Amino acid sequence: MASSPVPTPTASVPLPEADPDLAPRNTSATRLASAPTAVSLERVNKWYGAFHVLRDVDLTVRKGERIVICGPSGSGKSTLIRCINRLEEHQAGRIVVDGIELTNDLKRIDEIRREVGMVFQHFNLFPHLTVLENCTLAPIWVKKMPKAEAEAIAMRYLTRVKIPNQAHKYPGQLSGGQQQRVAIARSLCMAPKIMLFDEPTSALDPEMVKEVLDTMVGLADEGMTMLCVTHEMGFARQVADRVIFMDEGQIVESNTPDAFFRAPQHERTRLFLSQILH
Amino acid sequence: MTAGPMTAGAQPLTFVRREAVPAAPPPSLVAGPLAWLRQNLFSSPANAAMTLAALAVIALVVPPLLRFLVIDAVWTGENRDACRPEVIGRPVGACWAFVANKINYFIYGSYPIEERWRPNVFFVLMAFGVGWMLWLDAPKRAWGALYFFVVFPVLSYGLLAGVPVLGLPSVPTSLWGGMLVTLLVSLVGIVASLPLGILLALGRRSRLPIVRLFCVIFIEFWRGVPLITVLFMANVMLPLFLPGDVTVDRLVRPLVGIALFSAAYMAEVVRGGLQAIPRGQTEGAMSLGLSPWHRMRLIILPQALRIVIPGIVNSFIALFKDTSLVSIVGIFDFIRTIESARVDPAWAAPTVVMTGYAFAALFYFVFCFGMSRYARFMERRLAAGQTR
Repeated sequence: MASSPVPTPTASVPLPEADPDLAPRNTSATRLASAPTAVSLERVNKWYGAFHVLRDVDLTVRKGERIVICGPSGSGKSTLIRCINRLEEHQAGRIVVDGIELTNDLKRIDEIRREVGMVFQHFNLFPHLTVLENCTLAPIWVKKMPKAEAEAIAMRYLTRVKIPNQAHKYPGQLSGGQQQRVAIARSLCMAPKIMLFDEPTSALDPEMVKEVLDTMVGLADEGMTMLCVTHEMGFARQVADRVIFMDEGQIVESNTPDAFFRAPQHERTRLFLSQILH
Repeated sequence: MTAGPMTAGAQPLTFVRREAVPAAPPPSLVAGPLAWLRQNLFSSPANAAMTLAALAVIALVVPPLLRFLVIDAVWTGENRDACRPEVIGRPVGACWAFVANKINYFIYGSYPIEERWRPNVFFVLMAFGVGWMLWLDAPKRAWGALYFFVVFPVLSYGLLAGVPVLGLPSVPTSLWGGMLVTLLVSLVGIVASLPLGILLALGRRSRLPIVRLFCVIFIEFWRGVPLITVLFMANVMLPLFLPGDVTVDRLVRPLVGIALFSAAYMAEVVRGGLQAIPRGQTEGAMSLGLSPWHRMRLIILPQALRIVIPGIVNSFIALFKDTSLVSIVGIFDFIRTIESARVDPAWAAPTVVMTGYAFAALFYFVFCFGMSRYARFMERRLAAGQTR
C-alpha cells in the first residue's frame, strides 16, 4: 500500500505553530494542535470481576481527531470505547467527554450519550422497526423533535449513506453492509459530536466491507471526531490521525499511521502487525 | 468422469454454460391436487396407513355425532315431554329445546328479569371496547385504550351493580350469574394479569435485590398453590384477616385471586420473551440516549411480547376455562347455571344433561378458538417483513 503523499512527522509531538484550517489530511499534529479536547481519559481502570481489563489508560482525543484502536482480542479495546459512553462502567480514574465528567449521575450519562454516537459490530438495529423508524426513534423520543422534521433529517442521512430507497424496509430485509450503513445513519441523526465504532466491519461479508468503510471515510473527511476499533489497516492508513495499539488492557503504542506501520516501537506491536498484515 | 479440456489457457472450456436457463413451469406431477394428495397423504406406506386410520376414525366418530347433535335433535318444546322418546315416538338426540328454554338463565343467572337490559348494555359496551382494542388499524386507539381501561370498567360497575342515586336499583352480586359472570371474571383476569405479569417479569430481572426477591416470592407463591386453594382461601380466609366491619364483595374476592394467580403465570411467560432479546438491543438503545423507560417500552417489550404471543394466549385460554372453578365457591358462573338447570324436574329427559354440557363445550370452544385465531393473525401481522 502506498504511503501518504504528504510527508508526515514520525513523532507524535504536536507542532504548536500550525494553522488547523490549512493542514491537509494526515498532518494530524499540525491540524489538531490547537483543537479543544473532546475526550480525555486519566488513569482509567476497570475490572470484570477479578480480571483487570483496563490498566491505567491515559488518552486525550482532540476535537476532529480520528483514532484507530487495534490490538489482539481481549486486549480491552472494545471495553475502552464502551466506557466512553458508559455502556461499561470504569472503577477508577476520570473520563471526561465533551467537558462532562462521567459519574453515576444518570442525567449526565444521558447527556453524554446524546453527544456520542456508536456503531456496533452486530449493528444492533431494532428489527421490529423500519429503517426510517430506526433513524427517527431517538430524535423523536430523546430530542422531542416533531416527527416530520425527524423524518426529513433521517432521509438526509439515509441519502448520505446511499440507501434512501430502503427507508421503508425492515432491517432484516437488508444486507449486512446496508444494515451497518443504516446504523451509521441512525447515529448521525442524533447529530453527535463524537462517533465510536466498535469493529464495524468485522461481522460483514468481505464484499460489503468497502461500502461501510467508504461511509466512514466520508465522515472523517467532514471532520467528525472518531474512535474506531478496527483491524482495517488500510482504513487506518487512509484516515487515522493516530493509531493506538492496546495489549493486556494498556495502551502499548500510540503513533501516526505512517510511523506506526513503518517503524513500530514495541516488540509486541511488531508481532501483532506481522500477524495481521500478510 | 468425463474427459474434457480441463486445462485453462487459450482453449475454450466446453462445459461452461454461456447463458442463464430461464425458469420453467413445474411438471404436472409436482403441482395440482393429485400431486398434493400423493405428497402429503400417501408419500410412504406408513403415511398411507396413517391416512387410512385417520379416515376410519372420522368415519366412526362423525356420523353418530352428527346424528346426536343435528339429525335426531329436538329444537323446540316447552318442557321435558318434547325430549322424551316415548312421548314423541322417535330416538332423541340433543335436546336443544332445553337450552332455548333456559338460555336467559344461562346468560344472566338470577339477575332480576326487569333489569336484564343492563347486562345487555354491558355486553354491547364490552364488545365495542374489545373490538376497538383488537382492531389494530382502528382510528384513535389511544382513546380506545382510555375507554377500555378507564371508562368502560367504571361504567360497567355502575351499570351492573347499580347506582340508586341515578335511579338504577342496586343488584347484589349474589344474583349475577351465567355467561355474564364468566365473561366478567375472564375479562378482569385477562386485562389485569398481562400488565401485572409484565411488571412482575421486569421486577424479577431487576438489579435491585429487594424488588427481585419480592417478585420471586410472589410468583413462586402463586404458582405453587392450586387455583382451588386460592379460591377457598379468598372466600374463607380473607375475611379472617380483615377488620370485622370491612367486607369484600363475594364476587370480588375470587376475582382478585384469579387475577393474581394468572399474573404469576403471565410473569414467567413474559420473562421468557425478555430473555430472548439480545443484549445488543438494549445497548443500541442506550447508545442513542434513550431512557430506561423508553428502552423498555419502545425496544424491548414490543419484541419480547411478540415472541411470547403464543404463550400469552395459552395463558389467556387457560384462564378463561379456569374461571369455571369459581363455581365451587358458590358463584353462579356459566357452568354452574347449567349444573343447576339440568336437575330441573320440568326438564327431566334422557339427553338433557348431555345437551347442557355440549352447549357449554360449544360456548367455551367458540371463545377459545377465537382467541387462538386472533393470536395467529396478530403473529403473522407483526412478523410481516421482519425476518431475523
